[in-house]
Amino acid sequence: MTPESICNILKDRFGGVIEDAVLEGARPYALIRQGDNGRWPEVARFLRDDPRLGFNLLRCITALDLLADNKLACVYDFLRVADDGGDALIQPKQTWIFAVRLVTDRDAPSLPSVADVWPAADWHEREAYDLMGVVFDGHPDLRRILCPDDWEGHPLRKDYAYPMEYHGIPGTTEYELTNPYH
Amino acid sequence: MTDVLIESRPDVMMDLDRREQGDVRTEEMLVNMGPQHPSTHGVLRVVLRTDGEMVLEAIPHIGYLHRCAEKIGENLQPYQYIPYTDRMDYLAGMNNNQAFALAVERLAGIEVPPRGKVIRVIFAELNRIASHLVSFGTYGLDMGAFTPFLYAFREREMILDLFEAACGARLTYSYLTVGGAHHDVPEGWTERLSEFLDYFEPKIPEYNNLLSYNHIFVKRTGRIGVISRADAIRWGLTGPCLRGSGVRFDLRKAMPYDGYETYDFDVPVGRDGGTDGLPRGVALGDCWNRYYVRMLEMEQSVRILRQAIARLPDGPVIAEKVQGRKLPADETYVEVENPRGQLGFYIQGDGSAIPSRVKARGPSFCNLSITTHVARDVLLADVPAIIGSIDVVMGEVDR
Repeated sequence: MTPESICNILKDRFGGVIEDAVLEGARPYALIRQGDNGRWPEVARFLRDDPRLGFNLLRCITALDLLADNKLACVYDFLRVADDGGDALIQPKQTWIFAVRLVTDRDAPSLPSVADVWPAADWHEREAYDLMGVVFDGHPDLRRILCPDDWEGHPLRKDYAYPMEYHGIPGTTEYELTNPYH
Repeated sequence: MTDVLIESRPDVMMDLDRREQGDVRTEEMLVNMGPQHPSTHGVLRVVLRTDGEMVLEAIPHIGYLHRCAEKIGENLQPYQYIPYTDRMDYLAGMNNNQAFALAVERLAGIEVPPRGKVIRVIFAELNRIASHLVSFGTYGLDMGAFTPFLYAFREREMILDLFEAACGARLTYSYLTVGGAHHDVPEGWTERLSEFLDYFEPKIPEYNNLLSYNHIFVKRTGRIGVISRADAIRWGLTGPCLRGSGVRFDLRKAMPYDGYETYDFDVPVGRDGGTDGLPRGVALGDCWNRYYVRMLEMEQSVRILRQAIARLPDGPVIAEKVQGRKLPADETYVEVENPRGQLGFYIQGDGSAIPSRVKARGPSFCNLSITTHVARDVLLADVPAIIGSIDVVMGEVDR
């Protein structure tokens, strides 16, 4: 199934919620209008359950820092694994991919969680929260996952300041402390 | 799932019954398994809520190896980032190099020459065998069988020798790079590879006799940690974990890259026991099947390797002028079939030579997330069996 037809199915069902679609690039995706972010779980359920789409495997959630626009974005990548319960090899013509991008404000970043649609989203959302600071409403257990619980800030943000000290561990090396210049 | 488990384990049923009837007065206890534990394969900490021998809940805590490799990717050109991908899944460095290189090539529109593509397939499949050998050996260790580990490392050492001859490194290769392979293989290398394959192929049945069909091993892993097909897909499991549950899905077949569509190979999946010479006492989606799929995949990798040697064309191995090439203001997400599952790289360019965002999706990360769901109401001794069968590499989980 081509990205165009996937996008048309989404537009037929959700109309203006799908604000834009980038279909020419290296990997096509649809953009959800920021005001309609609350309908994202509904769109996600449709993506998973509609027999024409059937995106049952959430591959990845990538959080992006759009510093220039003062926004954060999340890109959800899906894959369709055409599992009919049979023993046959799943062929290329049964397999298709798509992606959806959501945008949120950088100052109070918040997106609805889809962990109940794809349980795979659980850890991906925790990672996006940990490293980029996107808060997922309705997530069952939104904790930091890679950084320690008492870590400050979100390392993947473009304006992240590296801590110079953590529990008595200096954030710089002895070599740097000697102020070498080359 | 619990039904299958209980049917095969009367001892578990008794424990559960007695707990429900309140015959035995026990207290719940939290036990830390790891981060320094031989069967957690690195630095994984699993907090177990136990009641006697029963594990009621297992919650994995990760991040001990976190190096924020994605942030480093935002400061380097793609070809400079290749060595960092080696250190993610350090048992399958070649496959990681290949995945990242493919993502950059897709974004920047770089075409790999034919010889480069075949060389990539050769090294990816060789590394798949090496990685599965480690998985096979250490899983035996987890289950208390020491000898298979020595067999596995004997053969893996030969593969590492081949890698060393080609690129000088034994673990962190950085050999497959953006545009193809860093340089050509040395003279006589393919003959050495053929010799190795002739030696290695008869060893696989030997491994199976040693470990796979071993009665104790089957008892320890059969019908333990059963994952249904639907759950495997819902939790985003890929690779041998997905195929162990019976879904015949392989990216090399479903979304071919680097010319995999031209090779002839099968995609093995898990099956119920008792048929086709499989031991009784194993069930679709259990630990044994996830393990056994890897053994079958090694046979298929040998098949691919023989075809690749036979067709290796002449010519350059790397595209011209890949270093310093500007990335378009676009984004892509590419996955390849790593030994552990689908390894994905998201790359966003901004018109300069350095990407503005690099994101790695590690298969171990997603596969590990199902632990809490699977390791529920199991015996304490089954937890290493379950975690070992998922075959995690913490370098990739934490990145």
